[in-house]
Amino acid sequence: MAKLTMAKALNLALAQEMERDKSVYVMGEDVGRDGGVFRITEGLIDRFGEVRVMDTPLAESAIVGVGIGMAVAGLKPICEIQFSGFSYMGIDQLESHAARMRWRSRGRWSVPMVVRAPYGGGVRALEHHSESKEVFYAHTPGLKMVIPSGPRNARALLVSAIRDPDPVVFFEPKAIYRAFREEVPDEEETLPLGKARIVREGGDITLVAYGAMLRPTLEAAEQLAGDGIDPEVIDLLTISPMDDETIAASVRKNGRVVIVHEAQRSFGAGAEIFARLNEKAFWYLEAPMERVTGYDVIVPFFAREKAYLPDAERIVHAARRALQ
Amino acid sequence: MPRTEIDLQQTISFLSILDEEGNADEELVPYLDDDTLRRLFRVMLLSRRFDERLLQLQRQGRLGTFAPVKGQEAAQVGAMAPLRRTDWFVPSFRETAAALWRDTPLSGLLLYNAGFNEGGLPPEGNNDLPIAIPVATQVPHAVGLGYSARAQGKDDVAIVFFGDGATSEGDFHEAINFSGVFSTPTIFLCQNNQWAISVPREKQTHSRTLAQKAIAYGIPGIQVDGNDVLAVYVATAEAAERARAGGGPTFIECITYRLSLHTTADDPTRYRSEEEVQAWERKEPLIRFRRYLESRGLLSEQEVERLEQEIKEEIAQAWEEAQMQMENPDPSVMFEHIYAESPDYLKAQRDAFQKEIGGG
Repeated sequence: MAKLTMAKALNLALAQEMERDKSVYVMGEDVGRDGGVFRITEGLIDRFGEVRVMDTPLAESAIVGVGIGMAVAGLKPICEIQFSGFSYMGIDQLESHAARMRWRSRGRWSVPMVVRAPYGGGVRALEHHSESKEVFYAHTPGLKMVIPSGPRNARALLVSAIRDPDPVVFFEPKAIYRAFREEVPDEEETLPLGKARIVREGGDITLVAYGAMLRPTLEAAEQLAGDGIDPEVIDLLTISPMDDETIAASVRKNGRVVIVHEAQRSFGAGAEIFARLNEKAFWYLEAPMERVTGYDVIVPFFAREKAYLPDAERIVHAARRALQ
Repeated sequence: MPRTEIDLQQTISFLSILDEEGNADEELVPYLDDDTLRRLFRVMLLSRRFDERLLQLQRQGRLGTFAPVKGQEAAQVGAMAPLRRTDWFVPSFRETAAALWRDTPLSGLLLYNAGFNEGGLPPEGNNDLPIAIPVATQVPHAVGLGYSARAQGKDDVAIVFFGDGATSEGDFHEAINFSGVFSTPTIFLCQNNQWAISVPREKQTHSRTLAQKAIAYGIPGIQVDGNDVLAVYVATAEAAERARAGGGPTFIECITYRLSLHTTADDPTRYRSEEEVQAWERKEPLIRFRRYLESRGLLSEQEVERLEQEIKEEIAQAWEEAQMQMENPDPSVMFEHIYAESPDYLKAQRDAFQKEIGGG
């Protein structure tokens, strides 16, 4: 057991899985000698060599497309896309092939690969480096879309994603790569994909968040608790396939709900959660459902980034509206 | 410090063995046993007749849109013949002749073209990928398949088929560049059939040949007469041998011609002349190979007639089988194979769907 940052915890997951399973490969831009621009793959090339840790040409479509071929032939590639804002060249491969190979071949071939990418705002980065486009992937049947919220679950979810028989897009909230540490056990640990987690139990209102937004949501929960309100907080962890039952059960209990995400509001994960709650918890609602999200604008340059990103204050305000 | 020529240490050659009349350059003819030579012809003929039957059935409204292969049989059969069943075959959407060389059942191909997901599957044991429709997107897969084979200590190779139009796509460039860097055992088999729907080869690239693109990626490249099954065989066999020995990828440009439609939704009279098509008809691959086999005493008119009859019956029987499989289409098949294990919400959708169609 050691206190690790999320960056180190992810590195631990990669190293242990590569040690355990010789078919696990890592590929991407600067993942070898450089250890990745965020150092998530640090040290892997020295331990596992250049065949299994591939410094690839600058070619996102090929990174995903070559990965698909490797996966079909029995390897388990983990493709790193340097920033999610550069992943769009690879979306064609994910949508047209990774997501469909099992279906198209009637189960003959499958694509057990992971595409990792840092996503989200909060690090004062350049244009294209702060987006949250998880729904691009969540909208595609055949793909899984996973977003951890801290070191321990990041490690466990990445291990599960590597072992999953289907392609998983794994978004890492870069704002919290090194923001805090958690105890992470040395021995292997997994978390089921497609399962949300209740991180704080409460009987007055349900707050749902994921990724870097979990921290401000927990902060908001503390503030509300200070005023005698008892919020339940759910960490979604997998965007797709979505665990709507855990959310619906909580909302049936509490009757009030706030969804939090930093992605743009329209057609976001919040909209999907609303739709599923409409099917599964409508008659239990005591107030209109609320969402706190990014605005429907392009993420502003970093001088105004804070104004775009949801924070504890906005979440508390939304909760208070839902509690009226 | 003068301006000097850079020696790229690479040139591009053109390979042709059989001329349009079926005369062979004996020095270049590969050694192939009689059975293999006969099978090359049989699969080319089967492919031609099957193509014609597909077109008939499509025009009768019994099959959907498909991409006829007429004219490209030699490029496909010649390229597959030197390979093993464990070598990876990565098709685009016009590789019917190649699939037939690999013994893909005709009934399955008919079923696929009748709009059934179950159709088109290769026999067990073949390392064949399914049809890929978005142009050039399948090219990177062959790089990964080859990389895997080598990393796993196997000497299998991967061959990927694409057309002249695909060489304009980013995926072609990314894949072949990647392959060169990692020296993967990959054969890039370009069927330059002169037309990408209505756009001629000259408008895809200003390069004099497609084969010369290999030079830019530092890999061997060759241009062959794609209507000459022996030339394609030799070029692919060389590429496979090099790849198995660790020598990396090869780019092969087969000069051929799409004698028929881009797909059944296409009308080529809008963009190309009858004279052009007729000129290529004279260069088509079956006649010259038949003449060659006849000259070697491996084929006679009677034998061709017998083959024609056999193929006719084979296709008729396949259509019977396909129709039986088409009789009772269970629509809930659409819910299958989305994930290894269906998520709860998808099971719920299927249950609701079955209830609705069951009148429940």
